[in-house]
Parts: sequence; structure tokens; C-alpha cells
Amino acid sequence: MSVSIHVENVVKQYGPVTIIPDLSVDIRNGEFFTLLGPSGCGKTTLLRMIAGFNSIEAGTIRFDEQVINAIPAHKRNIGMVFQNYAIFPHLTVRKNVEYGLQFREVSKAEMATRVDDILKTVRIDEYQDRLPERLSGGQQQRVALARAIVVHPSVLLMDEPLSNLDAKLRVEMRGAIRDIQKKVGITTVYVTHDQEEALCISDRIAVMREGVIQQVGGPQAIYARPANTFVATFIGHSNLFNATWSGGELRFAPGYACNLGDHMRSDAREGRVVAGVRPEEFHLSDSGTGLAARIVKTTFLGRYVNYELAFADATLRPDQAAIEFSQDVGTAKRVFEPGETIHLEVNPAKINVFSEDGISLMRGVAP
Amino acid sequence: MKLAKLSSSPRDFWFWTTLCIAALFIVFLVYPLFSLFTSSFVDPESGGFTLAHYAQFFKKRYYYRALLNSMSVTACVTVLAVLIGAPMAYLTSAFQIRGKRVIDVLIIVSMLSPPFIGAYSWILLGGRSGVITTFVSEYFGMQMPTIYGFTGILLVLTLKLYPFVYLYVSGALKSIDVSLSEAAESLGCDPIKKVFTIILPLVTPTVLAGGLLVFMNALADFGTPMLIGEGFVVMPVLIYSEFVSEMGGQANFAAALAALMVILTCLIFLGQKYVVNKKSFTMSALRPMKPTTLTPVPSALAHVFIYGLVFLSIIPQLTVIYTSFMKVNGVVFTSGYSLDSYRIIFDKLGTAITNTYLYGLAAILIIVLLGMLIAYLATRRRNLITSVIDTFTMFPYIIPGSVLGITLLLAFNKPPIVLSGTAMIIILAFVVRRLPYTLRSSAAILYQISPSVEEASISLGCSPMKTFFKVTAIMMLPGVMAGAILSWITVINELSASVILYTGGTRTMSVSIYTEVIRASYGTAAALSSILTLTTIVSLMIFFKLTGGKELAL
Repeated sequence: MSVSIHVENVVKQYGPVTIIPDLSVDIRNGEFFTLLGPSGCGKTTLLRMIAGFNSIEAGTIRFDEQVINAIPAHKRNIGMVFQNYAIFPHLTVRKNVEYGLQFREVSKAEMATRVDDILKTVRIDEYQDRLPERLSGGQQQRVALARAIVVHPSVLLMDEPLSNLDAKLRVEMRGAIRDIQKKVGITTVYVTHDQEEALCISDRIAVMREGVIQQVGGPQAIYARPANTFVATFIGHSNLFNATWSGGELRFAPGYACNLGDHMRSDAREGRVVAGVRPEEFHLSDSGTGLAARIVKTTFLGRYVNYELAFADATLRPDQAAIEFSQDVGTAKRVFEPGETIHLEVNPAKINVFSEDGISLMRGVAP
Repeated sequence: MKLAKLSSSPRDFWFWTTLCIAALFIVFLVYPLFSLFTSSFVDPESGGFTLAHYAQFFKKRYYYRALLNSMSVTACVTVLAVLIGAPMAYLTSAFQIRGKRVIDVLIIVSMLSPPFIGAYSWILLGGRSGVITTFVSEYFGMQMPTIYGFTGILLVLTLKLYPFVYLYVSGALKSIDVSLSEAAESLGCDPIKKVFTIILPLVTPTVLAGGLLVFMNALADFGTPMLIGEGFVVMPVLIYSEFVSEMGGQANFAAALAALMVILTCLIFLGQKYVVNKKSFTMSALRPMKPTTLTPVPSALAHVFIYGLVFLSIIPQLTVIYTSFMKVNGVVFTSGYSLDSYRIIFDKLGTAITNTYLYGLAAILIIVLLGMLIAYLATRRRNLITSVIDTFTMFPYIIPGSVLGITLLLAFNKPPIVLSGTAMIIILAFVVRRLPYTLRSSAAILYQISPSVEEASISLGCSPMKTFFKVTAIMMLPGVMAGAILSWITVINELSASVILYTGGTRTMSVSIYTEVIRASYGTAAALSSILTLTTIVSLMIFFKLTGGKELAL
């Protein structure tokens, strides 16, 4: 039923503009795979190439062993959920869900049971005779999902399906989508620009930028060991410092260095590097050692306090939006005021080191 | 707060405006319609109440057959117009068709040109001594099927009216988001089934609305059946001939016929509204359909279909322009070309040309002023009176022109208000008939202007009246102008009401073309038609310039 998807060296061009120069990725059977990236990175383009709505200029896309390049969209047996849901406004909820089944050899009786089942699964059976105009955004979303799944597609494709919902509903729906996907066990390709959504919903994530996949991996792996500085700053926040790597020691400033043990790759060349430190990977130093930082701004967020910092002696990479340290309120002794100076140390087990051109130097990081 | 509002607002500028407009409506629309209905029940001899006029209509075959004729030809025109207009709209929207812009302009020109030049051009071509008829019988020895009667009306009206369906459906297709089409495909639907299961149901309400417009226009058309119908008498022709033959004595029978028409069109209009309301839904397209390229053979077929139809619909204009330059001897065409026809019309019919522009301009000024004020009242000061006015202004949309002509004449040819024979009554007919175009476009643009802009002006100390003219009216202008140009084009081409209301001194170009055709003076008729067509095209170009090539909203 469900298939694996193999994208091999595909190219997408619109006239003279190349959107995807050369992209390969394998999506496993039954997994929830997310394409994540800023707008214009080519993620929707890739999804629509898999769906059959965009042509493929070069390379191949296979479902299992079958090359699908030349198969028109309506014969690919896909289920697609559109950003605007694309619910047929002239059909009732039930008729919308039934729509795809009429093109498949399904008996009347089976059609009825399948539609009943899926309407219950997505919890919209009580609205089945309504016209879509009278449904809320979340309900329309469920209809779109039901309509795509009921045909038992080989793959489920979702193009930013939650971006039109309000924040609370978005959280609720992503849970629902995740549950239903696991229940049906169908290979799913999901496109989003929302990193939080990607982290919580996916089995694996491909981070894209300018038509190139930067990293593929599970949510935790990508967060903990980003393959390059783009991923490090796009997913979560990373403060980037200029540092030097020599003799097993990462030196931030003349007065502060830390020992990275065997977290670094053994072949990492000594010399100038970039250190990426997430706001929660700092901790206050009691002894007055570590990096001296002046607090520029304090933002109290309930569970933790976010500080914007200016460093006295460490040198920062240029063009960073803000340098941040977050302090867990549960364990904090007190909240600091702007203008105060604090001393910070980093957690050597967590921080990431990149070469000067931004490639990760950490052990076990596969791009 | 609420009390203060209630006690302070009723006496402002808009209160008096509402009052004035309501008065105008009572005098110029309600009162005439009321007199129409009452006079249809009046016995001309005794002056008492009678149902005799209605009884006479349903008893005599000659009379009720006109109604049956009207219904049958109108129904056929509507079906054909839909069968031509809707597929054409789909083809030009979904696929790449060469010269789509030119096609659109030609279609609009053929739709908006004077209503009966189609009839008389086809007579010139396919009539008894027409060019094609003569050619076919001379070279092939064959008899062409007659173009007079049912066939002729069907041909001419279909070619003139299918553009309504075409334009309506094209607009609706633009509002279908491409994701709906993609969703159907992603669910396994092939492109042909997609048209019937998704696209067609989505545009059905629009097809019905376009069909209604065709139906109303075909039912109301007077010029075409008058010229080409011959023995095939339809309602508007019957009303006209009864009215004209009975003028001076009594017009009560014609009034009864007119009243029947009003009731009939109202019923059809309400019925259509009911159906459409049940089926309608709102759509808006973030990504509208993009035309794709067809494979060579279907593409060639589509082009032949579309070019053929556009050519057929533009034939009347070509014929008219061509014949206007032919040499004439008296009223007979001779070989060679000349500007004689133009010379003659400027000598003899110059007033008709100036009348058309003068009355047209006067009507447009009133239409713009009324249109803006009523649109404002109906959108911003909604209450019982303003909504009644708003509904009533749409009424002339569905009253046939000849019926309106009779209605106005019956009401204003006797005290207290005598307007018959004046330019006033023609301008009045223009305003009443063509106000809806401007009114609609004004209301549409008002919905896009935030009320807070006015509130800002008032909060800065500007009175509501000054605010309207200094702020709101100026912001409304682009939308108003677009509607006004459409009103203008339809005003200068108006025939069916003015042919009843005109006198020697107040004839317009449309009326003159009609009378010239009746006298068989085709050269002068062609020259006048060419001037009218040229004015229409120039006005259309201004319209497109103003709206930045936007759709024509009818």
C-alpha cells in the first residue's frame, strides 16, 4: 500500500531560474517526513513535483521501484492536503470525502463504510451533510485530511496545512494529524516553514535552503547537532562566536576556554572556528570565571527569563539578530536587571563547533 | 449614547437626501407603474373597472400566440447562448488561445452595439435580395432557407446575447482556485471528468445568472423581431403595434399587455433568484487558473470554433461599416463607394446625432449623481426606506424597454405632470433604464472604502455633506466612472423605450436608424450605425483604460 519515495538528482527550472539545482533524498515507507525551510527555499516546489503538479526537468522520482516522472497526477494515487484546503464548495462534507472513491473500484457498500470510518476518525461525522461554507477552519482542515486519506493513497502530501489556522487550533490539529498518520501508517511528506511544528510532528526532517537540502535527520538530532550554521540558527536560536580550536580546547577569549573532550571530530583542523551556543547552553558561573557579559534587555516569559547580551571580550560573528541567554525560572536565584554584568560558561557537551565556512566539526554529524 | 444618536442623526444631510430620492422614486417609478396597472383595468368608454383587456388577450389566438412565440424563441435563444457562451469561456480560460484580448473586445463590441443592426445586417446578407441569397441562387441554383421569422430572430439574438454568458462564466472561472482542480486530480480524477464534476457545478450559478440576463434581453428585445420577425409576432412587437395603433384613442389594452410582461419578468426573475440562492456559494481564488497549451489538433479545433463564432458575431458591424461607404442613388445601393450616406445624415439627421449626445450626457450626469447617492445610502445608511429604494432601482433591469416607454408615456401625458413629447421624458427613460450599471459599480467600490475615512473627516470638523463630496465621492470616482461608461454605452444605443417616446424633434440616432431601416434607406442607417459603433468602441477603450483592463461587470 504505502510506498517509499526516492528522489534522485532532480532539477526544477522556471525559464532561466533554477529553483532546485540537484536534489536527492530517500523517504522511508510509513514515515512522517517534513520539508522545512524559509519561504522560497523550494520545499513546496519539491512537494508538487512528487504530486505531479510541477514538471521534473531532470532526475527521477520513484515510488518504490516505479519511476513516476511521466505519470499524470491523477494516476499517481496520492492524497494531498492543500494550504487553503481546496474543499469543493458545491459538495457536502460527505460528498467531498466520497469524491476520490468514485474513480477507484470500490463497491457502494465499501464506500459507505470507508467514508463513515474516516469521518469518525477525523471527528467530523456530525457535520457530514453540511456544505463546507458553514464549517470552521479546523473542520475544513479535517475534511481535507479525510478526503485525502480515504482513497488509501500510496503517499500523503501536505502543503503547509496548518498555516491558515489560529495558534491554538494549530497545536491541536498537528496533534490530530500526527495521531491519524500513525494510525493509518502512511508515508507522509509534510511542508512547513514553522520549525516548532516540524520538530513536534516529524519522524525525520529535511532542512532546505535555496533548493538544497542542508540536513536530514530526526528532530532531536537536527536540534542537537546541526550540520551547519544555517541549520543551527534556523532551527532554534544559536549565538555564534569566533573561537579557536587547538589541543582539545575551544578558546572563546583570552580568559575563557573549554574542553570539548571527544565531541569534536578527530580530523577537525586546528585554528579559527565558529562556536554555536544556544541560549539554554549557557550557565551562570559562580566563581566569576567564564565570559563577562552585560545585560542589555530582560524579557520575563514565565517559565524562563530571556536576556539580550553584549559581550565584553569574546568576539561575535557579524549580522546576528540578537545574542541571547535564557535562564530557567525554576532554578534561578534571581532575575538580573539591564546594565548588570554576569559571567557565563558554556555546556561543552551541548555546544556545536563549525568550520569558518559554517560546516559542523562535531563527531557523528551526517550532512 | 444610543438615544443621542437617534435624536441627532435623522435631520442631517443624508436624511434630506433619502427624502428627496424617495420622492423622485415615487413620482418617476412607482406612480407610472401604478398608473400602468390601473389603466389596464379601465374600460375606455365608461371609465369603470373591467377585466376585458386581459380576457381579450387570452381569448384571441392572435394575441396569446405572441406570448407563446416570445417564450419559445426566448427559451431557444437562452439555451443556445449558454451552449455557446459557456464552452467558449472555458476554452479561453483553461487553454492558450491566440489573440484572446482582441476576441474579448470584439465580443464586447458585438454585445453592446445597437440592438437591431444585427437584424438588418443579416437581412442585407441573407434576406430575400440579400448578398448571400442572390449568390447562392445564381451560382448553385439553390434556395436559401428563409431568414425571416423564428430562425432569423434565433440567429440574431443568439449571436448578440451569448457574450453575456461568455463574460459571466469567464469571470466565474477566474474565481476558481487552481487548488480545487488540483485536488480533484490528486484524488484520481482525469481532466475531462474534472470539468463535469468540479468546474461545471462550480460555475452553474453563474451560468444561470448569465442565462437569465440572456432570457430577459431576448424577451424584451423589440428591434430584432420587428425587423426580421415578419409574421412571427412576439410580445414587445405586439405591445408596440397595439399601442401605436390605438394612440389618440385609448391605450388600455396595450397597458394590459405591458402589465402582463411586467408580471411575467418579475416571476422569472424571482424564480431564478430562488434557484441561484439555493445553489450559490462564495469563492475567491488566491491562485486563479492558468491557461495551458493544448496539443495541436484540439488546439486547432478550439481556435476554429472560437474564431468562427467571433467572426459571425462581428459580421453585423462589418456589414454596417462597409455599406455605409457604398454609393447610393436615392435609397438604392449602386456600385462604387462614396461618402454620400454620411453627407445625407449630417444634412438631414444632424439633430439626431446631437440629440443622442446631449440626452446621453444629461442622463449620465443624473445617473452618476443618483448612483453615488443611492449606493451610499444603501451601503452606509441602511434602513427600511433605503433598502426599498435599492431594490426598486433594480426593477428597471427586468422591465422591457418598450414596457417602460409605455409606462412613462401613460403616466406623463396627462396632468398633473405632462412630459410627453419633451426631451425630459427621453432622458428620464434613459436614467431609469440604465441607472443600475452605475449604481452597482458605485456600491461595489463603497464596500472597499473603510467608513473610518469618513469618520476621520467628520471628526476633524467637516460636515457629513461636505465629507461626502470632498472625501467619499472622490474615492468612489474610479468605480463610478467604470459603471458610468457602461451606462453611457447602453444609453446611446437605447431603442425600445425611446422609439415609443420620441417625436420629430427629439429623435435619437437609434430611433433614426430604426426609421431609416423601416423606409429601406439602408445607406443612411448604416452611416448612423457606424457613428454609433465608433462611439461605442471609443467609450469602451476609455473604460478599459480607466479600469486597467479589468473585467466588464454587467
